Amino acid sequence: MVLVLFVICAVASAAVAYVSQITAEPIEQAKQQKVVAALKAVLPEFDNAPVAASVEGFEGAYYEAKLGDQTVGYAFESTSPNGFNGNVKLMVGFTADGTIVNIEVLEQAETPGLGTNMTVVDNPLLLSFKGKQAAEMNMTVKKDGGDVDALTAATISSRAYADAVARAYAAFKSVTTGVVEAYTSATQLKAQAEEGGAACGNCTKEEAKECGEGPHGKCHGNCKHQ
Amino acid sequence: MGKNLSTFTSGLVKNNPTFVLVLGMCPTLATTSSAANGMGMGAATMFVLILSNIVISLIKNLIPDKVRIPAYIVVIASFVTVVQLLMQAYLPDLYNTLGVFIPLIVVNCIILGRAEAFASKNGVWASALDGAGIGLGFTLSLTLIGMVREILGNGQIFGMDLWQGGGALIFVLAPGAFIVLGYLMILFRKLTAKTK
Repeated sequence: MVLVLFVICAVASAAVAYVSQITAEPIEQAKQQKVVAALKAVLPEFDNAPVAASVEGFEGAYYEAKLGDQTVGYAFESTSPNGFNGNVKLMVGFTADGTIVNIEVLEQAETPGLGTNMTVVDNPLLLSFKGKQAAEMNMTVKKDGGDVDALTAATISSRAYADAVARAYAAFKSVTTGVVEAYTSATQLKAQAEEGGAACGNCTKEEAKECGEGPHGKCHGNCKHQ
Repeated sequence: MGKNLSTFTSGLVKNNPTFVLVLGMCPTLATTSSAANGMGMGAATMFVLILSNIVISLIKNLIPDKVRIPAYIVVIASFVTVVQLLMQAYLPDLYNTLGVFIPLIVVNCIILGRAEAFASKNGVWASALDGAGIGLGFTLSLTLIGMVREILGNGQIFGMDLWQGGGALIFVLAPGAFIVLGYLMILFRKLTAKTK
């Protein structure tokens, strides 16, 4: 009895191991193709083979695209954990001067028919970003006072999308300026503001609370009382 | 041949897994948000069902009665893993859509049910036909539910617009699955009752 079960398990695992071996390469290729296809879709024309690189303060990988010797753009694989149903992962492409070329959704598990509209061609969410100069944008949805048109009945998904783009832009600044840009999401900022004062690069939360009253030269950036 | 044919067709109508046996409801409700998804899930299940039925009917005399369930599960799980790997390699888009429901085919009671109720008592050829019949019945049912949900919910069929402006989104969401399944079940029973 035990022997029979043992033999069945051994045969089964050998078969699975064999299939796993022969599919390993196609699976890897399929993943690679997806990345290349996404890069082609979000970047200006390039002729190098972009390789994944990483930058401090940014979780995902980024790719530098070149035409000849000239850097023509950067693409960022940016993930926001704030989706309605888990992560929203985007490929965001910038030209070298920070204009958003295009955005592709790599992974999402949003509500079908609502949040999944972020994958539709030319949806309002994408159009709010496409072709815009990132520096001139407030990357939050209109409901939160920003410049981004949310998808109908999918504000949370839209927020996550905008959050992922904002993360990509923070990383873009880190890459192009060489100064690491700490990213704080809109929701974090809001929570900190509600608590009264936010911690920032040079001052603690307590100092931030006070910096509006006294001469506290170091306070800047995210501090509420600035 | 007549007996074989009835083995095959019973899975489509008389023993339809979705509308009559009401088995495998988890993938039925979860993956039918569009016709293509329903069809993909049905096809993957059918593939596993046919192969596991064949293998189990081949080894049915070797397996001691006491360990038959674990043995079946091992066979089924292996085929599911094979399907998952193949799909990931050659149909990555479908794999991404179906996601977690592929590994869950292992615990789909249709497959274990057919192994226990049919393949363990019948020959290879009959078991393969039974798997094909039940699998096809499952695939058609899932595709049908998916089509209805897609039409009512998005105004689309297999991703093509039937009209502009979408539809009642509730049909794409979870409650719509229950509603559509319920009404289709009523319709199915009514139609099959008449033909008897």
